[in-house]
Amino acid sequence: MSERIVTAVDTVVSPPVEGPWNVERIRADFPVLHQKVNGKPLVYLDNGASSQVPQVVIDRGSVYIEQEHSNIHRGVHYLSQRATTAYEGAREKVKRFINARESRECIFVRGATEGINLVMHGYGRKFIDAGDEIIISAMEHHANIVPWQMLCEEKGARLRVIPMNDAGELLIDEYEGLLNERTKLVGVTHVSNALGTINPIKEMIAQAHKYGVPVLIDGAQSAPHMPVDVQDLDCDFYVFSGHKMYAPTGSGIIYGKAELLERMNPFQGGGDMIRTVTFEKTTYADLPNKLEAGTPAIASQIGLGAAIDYLNSIGRQEAAAYEAELLRYATERVSAIEGVRIIGTAKHKASVLSFVIDDIHPHDIGTILDQEGIAVRAGHHCAQPVMQRFNVPATARASFAFYNTKEEIDVLAQTIEKVIEIFS
Amino acid sequence: MSELSELYQQVILDHNKKPRNFRKIESPTHTAEGHNPLCGDQLTIYLDLVNDEVKDVSFEGSGCAISKASASMMTQAVKGKSKQQVEDLFKGFHLMVTDDSETPEELGNLRIFEGVREFPVRVKCATLPWHTLHAAINKEELVSTE
Ligand SMILES: Cc1ncc(COP(=O)(O)O)c(C=O)c1O
Repeated sequence: MSERIVTAVDTVVSPPVEGPWNVERIRADFPVLHQKVNGKPLVYLDNGASSQVPQVVIDRGSVYIEQEHSNIHRGVHYLSQRATTAYEGAREKVKRFINARESRECIFVRGATEGINLVMHGYGRKFIDAGDEIIISAMEHHANIVPWQMLCEEKGARLRVIPMNDAGELLIDEYEGLLNERTKLVGVTHVSNALGTINPIKEMIAQAHKYGVPVLIDGAQSAPHMPVDVQDLDCDFYVFSGHKMYAPTGSGIIYGKAELLERMNPFQGGGDMIRTVTFEKTTYADLPNKLEAGTPAIASQIGLGAAIDYLNSIGRQEAAAYEAELLRYATERVSAIEGVRIIGTAKHKASVLSFVIDDIHPHDIGTILDQEGIAVRAGHHCAQPVMQRFNVPATARASFAFYNTKEEIDVLAQTIEKVIEIFS
Repeated sequence: MSELSELYQQVILDHNKKPRNFRKIESPTHTAEGHNPLCGDQLTIYLDLVNDEVKDVSFEGSGCAISKASASMMTQAVKGKSKQQVEDLFKGFHLMVTDDSETPEELGNLRIFEGVREFPVRVKCATLPWHTLHAAINKEELVSTE
């Protein structure tokens, strides 16, 4: 276990890693990895669904619960002040993590789903009307499809979809053709959870802005795996989930440009989001509180702040480079197995290897891998339109994090071969 | 009993590869569609019920090995049975894969699915054909096991 120190107010993480990626040292930071499943060492390759939590993040959450547990923004007393400081400190960390201009642009939400719904209710319902158009892509997670469909149904607006090619790359020419003066919002994922494709979002955002159209980026699969700069991207909204980036469930962020967040309606009404309330009229608080009604998941959001410290300490660039090498190696190993077909072969990919095997259902693959201690996801990955596009009922998906090893990928490849043998 | 707790046994693999009664019945008296949104399993049961007796039964669709083998073996088990016997088998099968108690002899070679109870997420795969058959008999047209 690497050295760590936890203080009540801030997280101090292990000193920066020197030299080449020291995966054993990194693995020591994640207690969950050191267990057996069905008598075999756990091989955790379901990071796209939820990633694991390092000890420093667990400790920071515990410090809040053990020493600071109280409500935020509400107490003059000592504990509440400490909790508020920690919570707002996490917001500062998020601001720096995505390079937002101001911390009030970072709204704490329960995860990507809630963030997208916040924009749908607060922005969509206020500014999108009958005859307007919303553009999403063919590779969206249901979280970035269903809210917009609900809005279109309510308002009589139209949902338009950017198609993709057989490699799982968006057809940018088609996208440009979809943009017009009726377009009111573009919602697109940075990295596809089902295919691994990294979309050229900077270029896509610039295109939308030519029409004055705001763009929401679903960063659920990008924030954990690559440096993100919302000012450089010039996105209008960027959303991600903490549980996919080494923090506890219940944490997450919707970033929005301040002027947009200010013009938006509140999402939920209740405590903390008001300035004054009478039975005749309520006036709302300033950002970010206007968009954060009720008591949030304080321990989880403080944990998100600690996870950001952790990511910075190990080096985001270095982690991304290591993950790219893992993906390259896994792609090479798995695609060499006869009968295996990779779904999602885009030129630019991150961290996700989706595959199918002739005549073997992904759920059977998943069950047999699990018997060998390997956790993968088998199913439609909350992206049924992607499955329809590739004409498969489901895929098996291995998704990697910087604590995975090449040896684990070897175990994966060997076990896939065993699956094929069982079914032959 | 230990080998029964193994999920992917030869019999199951064999029925998966060569499903029996995997065809359409042209004018069935009963039919129903089953769907498991979790896996994407999807099947149609065709049933010829004459004087409350299963004269013919078949299925079509796609799914995992467990659901396909279960459908295949189910069609073999219920052919020639009365409506009441089919319903009893359905209850017995359901109990076997969800409950730890002793599996009744009457289930015959369907007992091979006993091991499914060790795999809670796969129970729905094994029971989907049975739920669908049950729905067909009772004239419900669509079932979903999520
Ligand atoms: C691309 C993408 N968007 C959105 C989500 C939804 O995230 P959450 O369930 O944390 O709200 C996910 C998670 O699976 C995802 O992968």
